[in-house]
Amino acid sequence: MSENNILAPQDRPKLNPKYLLRWEKSQDAYILLYPEGVIKLNPSASEILKRCTGQLSVEDMVAELSSLFADAPDITHSIYKFLENSYAKGWIDNTGC
Amino acid sequence: MPKDGSTTQAVSLDGQGKPMWLVLELTYRCPLKCVWCNNPLDYEQYGRKELNTDEWIRVLREGRELGALQLGFSGGEPMLRDDLEILVAEAEQLGYYTNLITSGVGLNHERLQALKKAGLKQIQLSLQSANRQLTDELVGARAHDLKIDVARMIKAEGFPMVLNVPVFRQNIDQVQQILDLAEEIGVDYLEFANIQYYNWALLNREELLPTREQIVHAEAVVNEARQRMGKRMTIYFVIPDYYENRPKACMNGWGTIHLTIAPDGAALPCQEVRVIKGLEFPTVREHSLSWLWNDSPLFKKFRGDEWMKEPCRTCDEKEKDFGGCRCQAFLLTGDAANTDPACSKSPHHHVIEMAINRARSNNKEPRPLIRRQPGAVITSFMES
Ligand SMILES: C[S@@+](CC[C@H](N)C(=O)[O-])C[C@H]1O[C@@H](n2cnc3c(N)ncnc32)[C@H](O)[C@@H]1O
Ligand code: SF4
Ligand code: SF4
Repeated sequence: MSENNILAPQDRPKLNPKYLLRWEKSQDAYILLYPEGVIKLNPSASEILKRCTGQLSVEDMVAELSSLFADAPDITHSIYKFLENSYAKGWIDNTGC
Repeated sequence: MPKDGSTTQAVSLDGQGKPMWLVLELTYRCPLKCVWCNNPLDYEQYGRKELNTDEWIRVLREGRELGALQLGFSGGEPMLRDDLEILVAEAEQLGYYTNLITSGVGLNHERLQALKKAGLKQIQLSLQSANRQLTDELVGARAHDLKIDVARMIKAEGFPMVLNVPVFRQNIDQVQQILDLAEEIGVDYLEFANIQYYNWALLNREELLPTREQIVHAEAVVNEARQRMGKRMTIYFVIPDYYENRPKACMNGWGTIHLTIAPDGAALPCQEVRVIKGLEFPTVREHSLSWLWNDSPLFKKFRGDEWMKEPCRTCDEKEKDFGGCRCQAFLLTGDAANTDPACSKSPHHHVIEMAINRARSNNKEPRPLIRRQPGAVITSFMES
């Protein structure tokens, strides 16, 4: 990933090891835990972050998620936007292609 | 915060009435003698009443049932508890994000590895300066070299690390040196936390409070470093409410997301709250955590905004800062339901201005600092 946070389709994002992603029953949601806080994720954000394993490329992610969220408009753009935001926030790293 | 003493937590999750942040003050015992320590002045009297391992485990389980997610092991010095590893393992298994908040004294290679194995997620280490002589003088013991060694060990074991630097007049001009040191060690989060003036810090306030010029300068240095370091290191700079004209949104509101359990098992909305006289502090020995959090008179006392007086009651900023800190209101105005005097709208704001003015007069005689140690303060005398 380049300095300006632009993702390429072959990039393979990976959750930063400082962050812990898990299901939390009491919130009925996936949460992201890190040293200074807790973030509650909505279902689409959870599905994206679950796939940030360093194994899957962004393009494959988009393919998988498009079938999962078939009726969401412009899903490709939203996924890129979300990942770029997550990268800027330090939630994910990029393992390159 | 806090996690302890910290106001920088990015809580993006609305607590929905759940105590998301649970802090266990495992003991008030501590080998160091910090003159700004926010532990109670009468900390010694709690030694015999400390909860045992089984009692802490019960707290951990009940905390998860209430929806707690973030967990801090603090104190005093939590490394003095030899059951720490057991408690961390239990907490991990229950699904907490576990943080250790330590001065570093008592942390060695073996215990770090044991904590890693138990599943500890993150360590917050406190450091007071970039210079051996100054640190040792400030904490009243030879601790600087040990802290630096521990910092490197923490990174070598692969823990994310918060370096907490309590900031006051004696070290605020060292911000640059501390930044350099933190960068060299590879700290992930660097937190410059201007100290809050309760307990030992309040006793020593006149000598500890920095001047406005010092704060402005330190903040400029921090901003420059943020630019330079980008994402490599997250730097927080908690400025002192004395200079803000608005109070801090203390604990994000009383009894909304924070729950502290003191060494004797008292359930507290914040770790300072026992400075407020006339309140009762029931413990986990007599009550369930659920009752303490949801129903105890202590937690209901300043929940919401029913209790507010003017000017807070009709102020359009009350959703933002909840009227500030109840402990500070009590300590500086005598009534915990008053507006926090750090607010410029408070009729008591002059007490803050007077303290600032005293900090500014630099031609005064330095006065001795009162160290946190047994017998330094006779509290029964103060209470009468
Ligand atoms: C009370 S200490 C307990 C843990 C350990 N003994 C230590 O000092 O790191 C918890 C945290 O509070 C910070 N602290 C102590 N006194 C404070 C004060 N008056 N205001 C703000 N933070 C304070 C310490 O630097 C430490 O990070
Ligand atoms: S702030 Fe200093 S004296 Fe207080 S508990 Fe921590 S190390 Fe001990
Ligand atoms: S008057 Fe009360 S609510 Fe308004 S800004 Fe001041 S402390 Fe906050």
